[in-house]
Amino acid sequence: MTTALLKQPTPTPAARKPNRSFIHGLTSNKKALTGMAVMVIFIALALLAPVLFPGDPSRITALASLEPSAEHWLGTTAKGQDVLALTVHGSRSSLFVGLTVGLLSTFIGILVGLASAYFGKFIDEALSLVTNVFLLLPGLPLLVILAAFLPPGLGTVILVLVVTGWAGSARVLRSQALSIRSKDFVAAAVVSGERAGRIMFREILPNMASIVMGTLLACVIYGIGAQAGLEFLGLGDVSTVSWGNNLFWAGNEGALLTGSWWVFVPSGLCIALVAFALALINYAVDEVTNPRLRKIKTPKDIERSAAK
Amino acid sequence: MTISQVSFGSHEPVLDVKDLTVKYIGDTRSTTAVDRVSFSIGTGEVFGLAGESGCGKSTIANSIMRLLKDPAKIAGGSISFGGKDVLAMSPEELRRFRWQDVAMVFQSAMNSLNPVLTIGEQIVDIFTTHAGYSRKESLRRAGELLELVRIDPARLRSYPHQLSGGMRQRAVIAMAVALKPSLLILDEPTTALDVVVQQEIMAQIKELQRELGFSVLFITHDMSLMVELSHRMAVMYGGRIVETAKAQDVYATPRHPYTQALMGAFPPLTGPRVPLTGLPDGVKFRNIPDLSEVSPGHFVAPFGADAPVIESANLEGATP
Amino acid sequence: MRFILRRLGFYLIAFMASITLNFMLPRFMPGDPVSRMFARSQDRMQPEQIEALRKLLGVDDRPIWEQYIDYLHNVFTGQMGVSISRFPTPVTEVISSQIGWTLLLGGTALVIAAVVGNLLGILAAWRRGGTIDSALPPLLVFIGSFPYFWLAMGALYLFGVVLDWFPIRHAFTDGLEPAFTWEFIGDVGAHLVLPALTIVLVSIGGWMLGMRNTMIATNSEDYITMAEAKGLRPGRIMLRYAARNAMLPSVTSFGMGLGFVVGGALLTEVVFAYPGVGYQLLNAVQGLDYPLMQGLFLTITAAVLLANFLVDILYVRLDPRVRSN
Repeated sequence: MTTALLKQPTPTPAARKPNRSFIHGLTSNKKALTGMAVMVIFIALALLAPVLFPGDPSRITALASLEPSAEHWLGTTAKGQDVLALTVHGSRSSLFVGLTVGLLSTFIGILVGLASAYFGKFIDEALSLVTNVFLLLPGLPLLVILAAFLPPGLGTVILVLVVTGWAGSARVLRSQALSIRSKDFVAAAVVSGERAGRIMFREILPNMASIVMGTLLACVIYGIGAQAGLEFLGLGDVSTVSWGNNLFWAGNEGALLTGSWWVFVPSGLCIALVAFALALINYAVDEVTNPRLRKIKTPKDIERSAAK
Repeated sequence: MTISQVSFGSHEPVLDVKDLTVKYIGDTRSTTAVDRVSFSIGTGEVFGLAGESGCGKSTIANSIMRLLKDPAKIAGGSISFGGKDVLAMSPEELRRFRWQDVAMVFQSAMNSLNPVLTIGEQIVDIFTTHAGYSRKESLRRAGELLELVRIDPARLRSYPHQLSGGMRQRAVIAMAVALKPSLLILDEPTTALDVVVQQEIMAQIKELQRELGFSVLFITHDMSLMVELSHRMAVMYGGRIVETAKAQDVYATPRHPYTQALMGAFPPLTGPRVPLTGLPDGVKFRNIPDLSEVSPGHFVAPFGADAPVIESANLEGATP
Repeated sequence: MRFILRRLGFYLIAFMASITLNFMLPRFMPGDPVSRMFARSQDRMQPEQIEALRKLLGVDDRPIWEQYIDYLHNVFTGQMGVSISRFPTPVTEVISSQIGWTLLLGGTALVIAAVVGNLLGILAAWRRGGTIDSALPPLLVFIGSFPYFWLAMGALYLFGVVLDWFPIRHAFTDGLEPAFTWEFIGDVGAHLVLPALTIVLVSIGGWMLGMRNTMIATNSEDYITMAEAKGLRPGRIMLRYAARNAMLPSVTSFGMGLGFVVGGALLTEVVFAYPGVGYQLLNAVQGLDYPLMQGLFLTITAAVLLANFLVDILYVRLDPRVRSN
């Protein structure tokens, strides 16, 4: 009886087909489900914003600084704008910038990481040097300086955030790619004469799916937070409606000093909820791929420690 | 079971393990890693435990020192050491019991030494904790210990990564005998080392054993080493003991098919060359029964009709 | 030693990169922002000051490499020009009057967050599934999800305006003369509480989780099992064996965390009108004070690089494997 239990059929080489168990692990993870549910709600709100609150959300619709009421669920700003409309519309710009920054940074990170790992030697040295320099330069001051010199606009915000955000993902992805690069199946692909691009994107990349996912989530969190920070400092595109700009105006109009907390709370809470939801998914990814962090171990892990 | 009566010599057993069962509790199901295992070790006796990776040897070693970590749990049986019930010890009793009564040499010396402390500091730790010596006195004794295993005492100031693999393992052995324990557990002490160093280490252990007279629980999958060093030995398979007897008897007349296969899988140290044989593909044993005595002091688990249970050979992933 | 030299070389390269970035920004950016600045504030300046600033900021007809060499010379001799918004104070003087406040705020917050966060992480990993391990991480991650400045503003409103426990702006009470008296130090401390607290609150979760995860990985190392087998006391195993090894990655993040704290301090300084370099940087940006902007950025970068270098030296002290290599 014990024999049969000890010898679990080992799944076909884990390196090759990580995806199914990975997705299964995510969908059965409570943290991941909570995070994804929150994200679905926010994305739905962002998409439906023009339907729910038609027209320009920043137009003046009521008296200034009204407390939350049946008519204005979240009250009005010092200018008399509806806070709920601003908040719902704000999700569009914030999520868009966050996602764009996340995707672009991760994409650059993948390119740099794969190139570093695959080519090694001089190219790796050079790319690592650049990555480390960017990692070390203090992010927010660099953001501020860049934003100050570039013409204001959404494009500038995205560009600046990608410039300051890609290095972190590149470093993580490089080290992962390096460890996969040293696996035998990659060596086999090299020997069998596969082209560099194919090896990088068809052999190495699919095996880093979970790390890429984690990096992407971290970059989106960074993008949303940094955009808000930049806009709060008045260095964003002041004409758009976004959570960061809502907070910028709230600060500018002295919402807190006059006690209008309802102007100030919603946008900040939204950023926090989105970031928290993404962080939850990220931790879930970690837990699924790194069983040590889980509370209860799987039989597979047990076998390994039993074999010690 | 009466195995304890046949320990080497006529001394009281130092260690007596009865019906030990260890389970790994998983979230969906549990695995029994050690299943009703009984054996005992007499004073000054070297007892060998052989078997393939994952058969539960190391789990037994860790159980004796109560080092099992979640999700492993001792699910049944008893371990008594010099008459004391090891499983009933309080945390403080357990802490004193460890290393003073039973010490252990782990598989990999590189990994069992703390990389950021010097060898000296790691030996001194033992003396200051258990013997209450001053730092200075501890350091002096640590130097003596290193000399005992033929390492220059100047190495006290070295960090583990500055020593060679063999030196590290000898340093660990020095630590193990620091408090003159009555039982030394050797958990595959030479696995990570090359053959020449292996021989050196084994010679070292033999010499220390003669000098200090401690009992040894020697765990390995290397049958030739085991037969060379042990007085008595047991062969484990799938968490159960399938055969136990004097080492020479097991070597000369292995009874259980698994033991025979294990013997066949290693080249003999002396004698003519013979082709190596192992367990044929797909052969597995299930529901191993309790041992029965086939000749004085030689116990074997009965196996069906003198032939192993042959599983279908294409059972997926069955081969280790 | 070789490790230290290599790191030193790396920091020099990083510093050169930030100088070069600084050099290029005003020269290659569209819209010629520098001319706008001169148009606004030209009449207040002496002709030779204008000339110096033109050279510094690239309104200059000389070949680019000549400008670059000139620029490097200026930076390394500390000639950063005069501040426009604080005319005619030299940039170096403005910066030196403010860097102390940022170091005080950032340093206090960083040390508290790192020490408390790492201790919590050690305890959480040591008692897996205990109260600290199950309750704190989600809470801290949630708090860490809020925008820095939002929490700062919330704290300012709650503890400063509504409850009136702490002062809400500046580094010390207006009109108080800076001196080494208990009154002044107490006053500075009171002004430090809210800004430092908000930075600690947001950054502590990262420290704790990082330490917790490394500790968990370390706890399954063989040398921890060996230490247990040696019958050492639990506290000693936790600190000398587990935490001592698990802290190594933390030391590296401490260096990285510096950059983050300088950044976080910028937002916090803005919210609390705390007179540090971050607050000044934003003022310089708003006042189109390009010389001051450049000087501040270089100073902040240099400080971060220097701190990282010190951390590297510390790392060598802590990890013997690096030392002998």
